[in-house]
Amino acid sequence: MSDEKYSVPRTDGNDDPMTLDRREFLKLFGGGIVIFFSAGDMIFPQEPTRLQTGRGGLPSDFNAFLKIGENGRVTLFTGKIEQGQGAMTVLPLMLAEELEVRPETVDIILGDTDLCPYDGGTFGSLTVRSFGPPLRAAAAEARVVLMELASEKLNVPLDRLEARDGAVFDKSRPQTKVTYADLAQGKAIARQAKQKPALKKPAEFKVMGKPAARRDALDKATGKAQYAGDIRLPGLLYGKVLRPPAHGAKLKTLDTSAAEKVPGARVVQDGDLIAVVHEQPDVAEAALAMIKVEYDLPPADLDDKNIYDHLIKAAPAGRAAAQGGNIEEGAKLAALTVEKQYLNAYVSHAAMETHTAVVKIDGDKATVWSSTQGPFRARDSVAQTLKIPTQNVHVIMPFVGGGFGGKTASPQAVQAARLAKITGRPVQVAWTRADEFFYDTFRPAAIVNIKSGISSEGRIVFWDYEVLWAGERSSQQFYNIPHHRTVVRGEWGGGGGAGQGGGHPFEVGPWRAPASNTNTFARECHIDIMAAQAGIDPVEFRLANLSDERMKRILRAAADKFGWTPAKAPSRRGVGVACADYLGTYLTTMAEVAVDRSTGRVQVKRVVCAQDMGVAVNPDGAMLQIEGCIMMGLGYALTEEVHFKGRQVLDLNFDTYELPRFSWLPKIETVLLDSPEVPIAGGGEPPIITMGAVIANAVHDASGARLLRLPMTPERVKAALGSSS
Amino acid sequence: MTDIIQFRLNDKSVRLEVDGERMLLWVLRTDLGLTGTKYGCGEGYCGSCTVLVNGEPTPSCGYPVKNVAGKSVVTIEGLAKDGRLHPVQDAFIKHEAMQCGFCTSGMIVEAVGFLQKNPRPSRADILKGMEDHLCRCGTHNRVVRAIEEAASGMKGAVPK
Ligand code: FES
Ligand code: FES
Repeated sequence: MSDEKYSVPRTDGNDDPMTLDRREFLKLFGGGIVIFFSAGDMIFPQEPTRLQTGRGGLPSDFNAFLKIGENGRVTLFTGKIEQGQGAMTVLPLMLAEELEVRPETVDIILGDTDLCPYDGGTFGSLTVRSFGPPLRAAAAEARVVLMELASEKLNVPLDRLEARDGAVFDKSRPQTKVTYADLAQGKAIARQAKQKPALKKPAEFKVMGKPAARRDALDKATGKAQYAGDIRLPGLLYGKVLRPPAHGAKLKTLDTSAAEKVPGARVVQDGDLIAVVHEQPDVAEAALAMIKVEYDLPPADLDDKNIYDHLIKAAPAGRAAAQGGNIEEGAKLAALTVEKQYLNAYVSHAAMETHTAVVKIDGDKATVWSSTQGPFRARDSVAQTLKIPTQNVHVIMPFVGGGFGGKTASPQAVQAARLAKITGRPVQVAWTRADEFFYDTFRPAAIVNIKSGISSEGRIVFWDYEVLWAGERSSQQFYNIPHHRTVVRGEWGGGGGAGQGGGHPFEVGPWRAPASNTNTFARECHIDIMAAQAGIDPVEFRLANLSDERMKRILRAAADKFGWTPAKAPSRRGVGVACADYLGTYLTTMAEVAVDRSTGRVQVKRVVCAQDMGVAVNPDGAMLQIEGCIMMGLGYALTEEVHFKGRQVLDLNFDTYELPRFSWLPKIETVLLDSPEVPIAGGGEPPIITMGAVIANAVHDASGARLLRLPMTPERVKAALGSSS
Repeated sequence: MTDIIQFRLNDKSVRLEVDGERMLLWVLRTDLGLTGTKYGCGEGYCGSCTVLVNGEPTPSCGYPVKNVAGKSVVTIEGLAKDGRLHPVQDAFIKHEAMQCGFCTSGMIVEAVGFLQKNPRPSRADILKGMEDHLCRCGTHNRVVRAIEEAASGMKGAVPK
């Protein structure tokens, strides 16, 4: 193996590539065998496409590597992070499978910007879906390297060798063997995964697809797991930042005298940043509350009531995301036409851990602990703030207490960095719950307009679909419809900003399964409305209008488990169905609800979710994620909606912004179907997207009331009951 | 306004010189370095900060530290005894009753306190007992299962 040079794009604005040879790299990481690889979602779509590297000046075109150390232990280094989705458990399983080692011998280092190569961030189920196959390929390649070395060492031809349990054996004489540790001993081999070694077939799996205990369980059950707010450093100060009453508010008068009198408190004013630091976080907060401040508020023209009128008017022209046949032709074939408008609210991420960061500055270097889904983005923003080179900032990832798309940027790390610089001490900034609601990048409120028609035989003949402000994902329908059109207007806000043309009163951003919740709600409600109007059972109606066999299979699997019996809706049984295709994961959800006619409260009694995600790498983990999605989905379906007036966010805590609770817990049953022939899809998010529609459809079946707007609050349910009777 | 407050914390006696009006949560997390107890809302809405005060599950974010004088406080760090986890901790691990884990300390502590009072809870009792605890990751189903198992285990009964 030659010592070829790696070309490294620099991150400091200088375009001359740095080079680093393999030996230098291995010096950084010790001896052994290293395989670099790149996973599909290296780059966040909003980021410039230039790749960046960690401080080590590593090769450029990879975002992960694995190392077989001289002691035989295997380490996976990746810029991905653990936010509860189980990455730290699942990724080592995949690696162990292809490398032929026991999972216990695999360590994983996540999101450390000095040790791990650049990564754009961890978003939802992307980790398994796009990271998994390249990781497995790299592990398989490492196995090939080891077998080649073994062949030399044992003097046995390759085809007579077999790798198993961290060693290579002569198939015919198993006592002739050499361990990976022995093979890695004294070696300094670095390879980039290039070949496409054959991956194992599901039938050959030894560890993937079998239950595996979470690696973080013990630490989380004993309080040992450290989150950003749990980092304690000598001299640490706690900073609390003054939050304006509304976005766009302008500071008029400021009186910090009372706060300054609090012993040990220091008031910091640095441009737009007004904060109090103290050695006790609660004292800092109490002192902050003593600051007297007046603002000029922006006009309070928009609120949570008139927002849809505004968004409809402000929606930019669209583009066709999917099209087939001719809508006018289709309309001629229709015996029955249905036209509806669906509304979905702004919702908050509301992770239980608020945004938190600790920054410590030493000379021209800084160390950052941040609750973020994007450690490299945190590194870059802190470097920019402190005006130091990116490679001088080291982000260390603690556990993250939930992200759901809300922790992609690290504004709190920037605040902590500014305060650390000014005070000359390490500073922690942990947002209060009210800060968290205020600065959140909400899932955008959205509108879907659908006009469709069915023939006298119950076939959908045309489908004219328009989505405003939610974005494209899951808007393409998968039914067998000859004439259809899907138009997307007002793109999803991406990584921040107020959407296309600034249509939203505050920043919006990704929220678990961006866009898909809205599009699936609208589509699957509309399908049900057509079925009801045609007097056909909603499952039969779907089956008759589907030609995709995988979708039919998952629908039947759910119906089987649920014990679905055909009836025309409303059947007064309170049952509902919804189907979805989320980036290759197929699913059907069925639910049973009870509607209290006097209060308008909906109780979801039972949910069956059937999911076909290729092969579940860790079925236990997948079930846990499905259950989590179902519980989280109850929130946006029934209560969650951001209240606002002008650019003021009225929700300050969980009293007005209601999250799902234990008393809401339905009986949950899950069915996982294997589809070995399809690539492994992610399981972290899909089941959340059907929750709005399946409950709306079940509410209609229970009561005859059809809700076209989420969340289905008791008031809205009562109103709909009133108009349906 | 420094007060001298003595109490038992995780079976050890503690003497603190602090402003007694400060909330227990911050004294635990900052002065005493016990960071397993979490801040989720600061106003009694989420349960992340739950500790046992004389065996009673209590949100520490709204509990002035002067009120613990002469009492016994148990936090998540104090549940394991002689290197053995509490059965509720074991059950949470076994049933993977956690994802991001941020709500987990509060849930476990609540469940421990709750089972002491009601060792044979029905499912409905468990839902009611845990109602004030929020979990954004949606681990509710596992938490209920874990508590059911811990309850049957602690009684030495055969799980149904
Ligand atoms: S932090 Fe105490 S109840 Fe939420
Ligand atoms: S496990 Fe994340 S909030 Fe409960």
